[in-house]
Amino acid sequence: METVDWSLVDWSRAQFALTAMYHWLFVPLTLGITFIIAIMESIYVKTGDEKWKEITKFWMKLFGINFAIGVATGIILEFEFGTNWSNYSWFVGDIFGAPLAIEGIMAFFMESTFIAIMFFGWEKVSKKFHLVSTWLVAFGSNLSALWILIANGWMQNPVGMEFNPDTMRNEMIDFWEVLFNPVAVNKFLHTIISSYVVAAVFVAGISAWFLLKNREIVLAKRSLVVAVVFGLTSSIMTLWTGDESARTVAKYQPMKLAAMEGLYKGDRQAPLIALGIFGDPEDTFHKKEQLVVEVKIPKLLSYLAFLNGDAFVPGIEDLIHGNEKENIVSYEERIRKGKIAIDALALYKKKKELGNEIEAQQQLDLFQQNFEYFGYGYYFGKDPHLLIPNVKMSFYSFHIMVLLGMHFLVLFILLLYFIWKGTLQTKKTLLRVTLFTIPLAYLASQSGWVVAEVGRQPWTIQDLMPNIAAVSQIDAYSVQITFFLFLIIFTCLLIAEIKIMLSAIKSGTKH
Amino acid sequence: MFSLLDYSELQHYWWIIVSLLGALLVFLLFVQGGQSLIYSLAKTKEDQALLLNATGRKWELTFTTLVTFGGAFFASFPLFYSTSFGGAYWVWMMILFAFVIQAISYEYRSKANNFLGIKTFNFFLFLNGVLGTILLGVAVSTFFTGSEFSVDKNNLVNLSLPKMPVISSWETPFHGLEALWTIKNLSFIQNISLGLAVFFLARTLGLLYFQKIINDEIIQKRAKKSLILNSLLFLVFFLFWIIRLMFLDGFAVNPINQEIYMQPHKYFLNFLEMPLVSMLFLVGIVLVLIGIGINVFNNNKNGIWYTGLGTVLTVWMLFLNVGFNNTAYYPSTYNIQNSLTIGNSSSSEFTLLTMSYVSLLVPFVVAYIWIVWKKIDSKSITREELTSTESHIY
Repeated sequence: METVDWSLVDWSRAQFALTAMYHWLFVPLTLGITFIIAIMESIYVKTGDEKWKEITKFWMKLFGINFAIGVATGIILEFEFGTNWSNYSWFVGDIFGAPLAIEGIMAFFMESTFIAIMFFGWEKVSKKFHLVSTWLVAFGSNLSALWILIANGWMQNPVGMEFNPDTMRNEMIDFWEVLFNPVAVNKFLHTIISSYVVAAVFVAGISAWFLLKNREIVLAKRSLVVAVVFGLTSSIMTLWTGDESARTVAKYQPMKLAAMEGLYKGDRQAPLIALGIFGDPEDTFHKKEQLVVEVKIPKLLSYLAFLNGDAFVPGIEDLIHGNEKENIVSYEERIRKGKIAIDALALYKKKKELGNEIEAQQQLDLFQQNFEYFGYGYYFGKDPHLLIPNVKMSFYSFHIMVLLGMHFLVLFILLLYFIWKGTLQTKKTLLRVTLFTIPLAYLASQSGWVVAEVGRQPWTIQDLMPNIAAVSQIDAYSVQITFFLFLIIFTCLLIAEIKIMLSAIKSGTKH
Repeated sequence: MFSLLDYSELQHYWWIIVSLLGALLVFLLFVQGGQSLIYSLAKTKEDQALLLNATGRKWELTFTTLVTFGGAFFASFPLFYSTSFGGAYWVWMMILFAFVIQAISYEYRSKANNFLGIKTFNFFLFLNGVLGTILLGVAVSTFFTGSEFSVDKNNLVNLSLPKMPVISSWETPFHGLEALWTIKNLSFIQNISLGLAVFFLARTLGLLYFQKIINDEIIQKRAKKSLILNSLLFLVFFLFWIIRLMFLDGFAVNPINQEIYMQPHKYFLNFLEMPLVSMLFLVGIVLVLIGIGINVFNNNKNGIWYTGLGTVLTVWMLFLNVGFNNTAYYPSTYNIQNSLTIGNSSSSEFTLLTMSYVSLLVPFVVAYIWIVWKKIDSKSITREELTSTESHIY
């Protein structure tokens, strides 16, 4: 680690981020719209009303366009764990690989098998079989999300495992602990339910456009009812799961929370910054970010993070330099202990090879005493400020996500109110706002992932493996080439997707 | 139930599962094979639509099997995942590109305002059919011929390394592409032969599938003619590859000290020492030939099932040949002692045990895939269906 190839690390991160962000442009809609379609088809089967079938097929058409590109970008993510993060693949494959394999066996096949019935089965199977297939596609896609988010949650809070010094990797010792990891459970719930909001906004927005154009009125009105009820319920649940998620971040990833709030100096009775704008960073070596505009709510951050308005919320400086009063170990100390762990492990291996069991055991004990800081050891001799995530990006992403979440909630309440009053069609401004909320829903969803992933940098596995130790040994230029190839292909496909989607929307229920 | 198995037996069990997934994947490459025929078998746009609507009903199954194959390999043999994927970077990236362009092409090709035009999407499907099959074949052949990589787990704690503390390193700058020109032992001929054998096998399977599912006289006639040529080419490349393999030195593992050494005729000996494997392998080859034969000579349309089952058995047994009987399944020609075996590259006993319980779901998955397959293919595809308003058309 004397000379880290930062260029390789950065390009590998960029490539993974690019793939993940493109992938996530399509997944939320799939997760949510499959349930909306299933609800619509259930109404069709229950009532026998052919118009509901027409409506179901219209949204199914849009789902198909979206689904294909989600699949295309998804496969790359799976293989990039190996191609770009090979060391990581070995270090955690014993735990991370299992949910991935289970995802394939349990969820992917369910999704891809029954999707064939969904699209090609209208004339080949009974109404009920078709409906069951649609529901299974919805459950299958959400089950896919479950396993990959368990894997992601484990990376943010590694539990249920033990490091095996003989195989030099982490090994699973408790599957249920991995499955019910509190970070993973919250992550799963918050991610899928917020995706339902995206899908609901999508359906409501397009329906609003039809109403504005005075076209497909029946489709628009009926779709709006389903989307708004689904969206409002999901928005309330998103608030709740988001609140829970923030608490797990406070507990397990305090640096991420500090970055999300731009909090440099920790505080009891820490205020929540509801709104803030950064100016130029401080003119020092560490380029500390400075808020020039901020709207604070006293005590709220302490309360939200620990359900106690007087609880201490550590800031970035407390974490880097430590805070004895609050019992926070500094990053300098963690790096020192991490280095002890790495050296002890190396010595353990040597002593074992030489057959010196007593000294090997001594080194193993030393390693185990310091293992929780293992990953910090890779930064030995380096400035601990390298371990601070991008504060500006974390802060803005977090606040954009939260503010937009509030916007969706208010929007769904208003839409429901005017649907109930029967006057929605006359509320042109509200309909326009609903339409223009579609891109905002995607922005909020992307921001959520930026908070989650940028905020935990530099860790691929929290505290155990930083990204500099996780990458494959390839040339940075190889990754640059594939990065730009992916960029070109994904962008072309995105343009194609949007153009096809717009044409399909404009053609309405016409086949 | 699985708790009765010891660690080594669990490793063998998971090699069987991963090998089966690999074998199923090769069978399902009939989708790719079919796509590679869209310029030769189809003369009009309608012909192309007919072919692609036939393979289009199954592309996701192939895709999902590939993803699950990758996931299962990652979970059960993570050292292979990190060594091969991180090392043979360019080969895997090319395979990925070939599959990325497939996923959207079906859905987008015939849609209005599709930006790139129907010809581009058709070409994407053709490219996926050619590249996907050949590259997968080449990649699998390196399981027998070896690759230039090194593995040292102690690197993880060796902070004085010039680069990263990476466990597995590829020792050529070509990152996998060298499989196409490695002269030592004429490996490149062996690798390319298997690549082409998989390509022509996929086309053969694709043609058998078209004969089964498309109810159209013109396509049937052309498919039969093309089947003869493609199956012959498959046999030429496959027989060359397998016969030469029987004479090659193989990467054997000493079960006492786990040292790896070169053993003459290792893969032939593996067949001799594992009679069940060799018997099923031969049954597989016979079934492949029966499937082709009944469609060519008897005007039967069920050849896909025989050749399909034969393909699964043949490929499955080949994987067992390279993984079992003290053999290194992913050999290193750079440092033979760094070769991967099912013993030194697998997940922990606990993880394999946990996943083994999940694998009990596989028969249920296979059952519902079978039910859906039968229902979807209950009616043959016709030209009339392409103009039907009720069906989803690619």
